[in-house]
This record gives sequence, C-alpha cells and structure tokens, in this order.
Amino acid sequence: MNRITEYFKSLLLIELFKGMGLTLGYMFKPKYTVRFPMEHIPRSNRFRGLHALRRYPNGEERCIACKLCEAVCPALAITIDSAPREGDGQRRTTRYDIDLFKCIFCGFCEESCPVDSIVETSVMEYHFEQRGQNVVTKAQLLAIGDRFEPEIAAARAQDAAYR
Amino acid sequence: MGEQLLNELVLPVVYILCIAVPLILAVAMFVYWERKVIGWMHVRMGPNKVGPWGLLQAFADVVKLLIKEVILPSSANRFLYYLAPLLALVPAFAAWAVVPFDDRMVLANVNAGLLYLLAMTSLGVYGIILAGWASNSRYALLGAMRSAAQVISYELAMGLSLVCVLVLAGSLNLTDIVHAQAGGKGLFDWFWLPLLPVFIVYFISGVAETNRAPFDVAEGESEIVAGFHVEYSGSAFAIFFLAEYANMILVSFLASIFFLGGWLSPLQGWIHADAPNWVNWIWTGSIIWLLIKAFLMSFLFLWFRATFPRYRYDQIMRLGWKVFIPITIVWVLVAGCMKYFGLVLAGTGA
Repeated sequence: MNRITEYFKSLLLIELFKGMGLTLGYMFKPKYTVRFPMEHIPRSNRFRGLHALRRYPNGEERCIACKLCEAVCPALAITIDSAPREGDGQRRTTRYDIDLFKCIFCGFCEESCPVDSIVETSVMEYHFEQRGQNVVTKAQLLAIGDRFEPEIAAARAQDAAYR
Repeated sequence: MGEQLLNELVLPVVYILCIAVPLILAVAMFVYWERKVIGWMHVRMGPNKVGPWGLLQAFADVVKLLIKEVILPSSANRFLYYLAPLLALVPAFAAWAVVPFDDRMVLANVNAGLLYLLAMTSLGVYGIILAGWASNSRYALLGAMRSAAQVISYELAMGLSLVCVLVLAGSLNLTDIVHAQAGGKGLFDWFWLPLLPVFIVYFISGVAETNRAPFDVAEGESEIVAGFHVEYSGSAFAIFFLAEYANMILVSFLASIFFLGGWLSPLQGWIHADAPNWVNWIWTGSIIWLLIKAFLMSFLFLWFRATFPRYRYDQIMRLGWKVFIPITIVWVLVAGCMKYFGLVLAGTGA
C-alpha cells in the first residue's frame, strides 16, 4: 500500500513541484552578492594586509635595523641590509625588501617589531603587472606608510588596550 | 519575370531573415536571461557588468567565441568535424519554417507541418552523433552515444503525445491545430486541459530532446567534461550553443502552439468587439500572446535547470520507456474516446 501511494506521489510530480516552489521563492530573495569594487564587507582593525614602514611624527623613520622581523619571518620573505647612516652615523637599513609572494601574512614581523615600524595595513586590493614587482622595497614600504598613516595609527590606537 | 523573381526568391529570403535574425537575437537574450534567472535562484545577481544590467553580456560572449581559434584535433575526421555543427544548426532553424506566429504569419503553411517538425527535431541528433564521432575523443563519443539513445527514446513519447493533439485537432497543419483550439471558453478551450498529462509529458520530453538539465547527461560535466562538444572551440562551439538554444526556444513555441492555443488570447470569447480595432486584435489573439506563452514555457527550462539535479542514465531510460510511453499510449485512447463521444468540441469552433 505504501509503495502504491509512493508511486502515485512520484507520478504526480509532487516533490518536483515542491522543489520548484522553493527555487522560485529564492529567486525573489535579496541577493547575498557584494558588488566588490563598489561595496565592501566590514574589515577588522587587526586585518593583516599589505605591509608598510612607519615614521615618527617628526618624519624620522622608525626602523632601527634590529632585524628581528627578518629573524622571525617564517617564510623568509624579509631581506634586510644595514649600515651606519651617513651624517649622524645612526644604525639604519640600507635595504628592506619584502617578497609578497613568499609572505604568508602571519603578522609576526609586526608583533616582533620593538619600535612599531613594520606594520600590516588593511589594504588588500593591490596587484603586480611586471615580474619582480612582487618584491616591495624600502622606499615603497615607506611610501605606503606615509599614505595610510592616519588609518594605521587609528587601528593601532584602537587595538592598544588588548595587546 | 521581375515579379516572379520577387515572389519566388526575394520575398522568401526576406521572410526567412525576418525569422532567423530575431531568433538569433532571441537566443542571445535567452542566454543572458538564463544566467540571470539561475543567478537569482542561487541568490546571486548574475551578469551585471557588460552594458546596463549586463544586457550586452551575451554579445560579448559571442564576440569572444568568434575571435577564438577553431582547433582541429590531430586525429579527427576533418570533413565530418566541420560538418557536425552545421548539421546541428540547420534543423534547429529549418523547423521554424512551419511555426505559425499568427493567423497568417507563417513562412510555409505546410499541410503535414507536424510531420515536418518531427523530422526536423530528430535530425538534430545527427549533428551530435557526428560531432562525437568525428572528434575522435572518448568523452565526446560517450556523450554522443548517450545523447543519441536519449533523444531517440524521448522522440517516441514526444511523437505519441503529438498523436493526441492530432486526434483532437484532426489536422497535421499547425495553423489548423491552433484554430481547433479556438472557442468561447477562453483558455479552457485549449488542448492543455483535455490533454494535461500529455502536455506535461510533451514538455518534459522536449527538455530531454534538447539535452537540457535535468536530462543533460550528454554534457555531463562531472563525468565526461562537456560531452559531444568537448573538442569544439570558438565559432564551431558557438554554433552548437546557438542550435541548442534555438531548439529550446522552438520547443517552447511548439508547446504553446500545440497545447496553449498558439496566438489565441486566453480571454477569447469573453471579450466582445466594442473596442477599437487594435485592442480587438490584441485581445482576440495576436503574436503577442504567442510570445508571452513561449516566454513562460522557456522560463520553465531555466527553472528546471536551477531546481533539479541531473538524472542518472538508467533513470532517464526508465522514465522515457516505462512511464512516459505508457501514459501517452493510454491517453491516445482517452483522447480518441473524448473526440468520439464529443466531450471535446475542438475543431468545430463552438
């Protein structure tokens, strides 16, 4: 008897009509799509995106070439050369390269930095057009830091209480 | 001489263009509409970047396909490989010759139009088989064999369900079939009501005939990559695509003509002629109604695709042979009885 009712149920396509009703209902629901370049989803202050080198408010670069970030980097993405700076003889980097293809965006460099120099900004929309552009140099990192300093400072200030 | 040339050569070509060009545009828009509808049903947006609301997406795709290289597999049969897309395309377009868009709008008012249609829709499978065989690839051959078996199986159910229409209408001429559905009871005069099971069987067979989801094992991405057209690229692939979508639109039009009264208004007989002429023309039946009906039927194709998972191969065969054919055979008898005892007044105009 059960088999007979099942047979007629399948013959009358009841389950198929149910399914079609379901998909029709979904057709008119608001869509989940985020139109990415125009719309963004909220991003945490702790988001680890593109790197930057920060400066002090007087314009002096923070980095003192202690090479802790280079030592801690698990992907060996950071390469640092250092020398006494011409003029005042302070210890400074002559080269600070991050290979973004090697980088795994773990954030250890930022955590290890004693002077809050290397940071990871929340920028995640960038691209390379030439081979070799994946290695960002010291000048580029400083420029990124200059450009996003207000945001970087705000994010660090908000997170300071929990560090 | 000039007049004869005009009547026998120029006018038919113009008429053919009047059908083929809108059909190609309709295919482009249908592809866009399909991607939109399926997107909406997936709670996505579908294409929305190319042109306003993404309307030009289909044209961008066509241009992309046309400027791509057509690759000939090294051990393929060159002649059949290039012939196959055309064999798929030609019947899909030729079938439109007998489709009546209006009382007088039909390219060829053939008396055996129904037979012509059955012949043309079955011919399309040759293109698929040859494509699968000529490209000398395992996946293509498997897809072609599946498609051939499936199309032939469902051809039977489709033909038998059209026999029911034939019994009620008493004619093989498509215009006469629509006229047989005219009457005073609005949409209840159409054949979908006395032939409801057959109508459903016909449409599902149409979905299977055009190798669309949930009957698209011939393409079967998860098993055989893309089935019969796996080796085709560029414009050759575009032609297969065009043929498939033209066939879908054709099945939608035929379902509207055979079962939903073609160009007849769903309010026929209920509205009386005090209105101006053009209102009358729309309300008593015009091409607009046929387009609306065909649009709704073609929407079903997309709806099915967004809803149903693909059938297993043996389930397809079981459905075709053990369910649809018995139902249609029984309903041929039922339709005969309805006609004989005068339960359906089709064809009498009453």
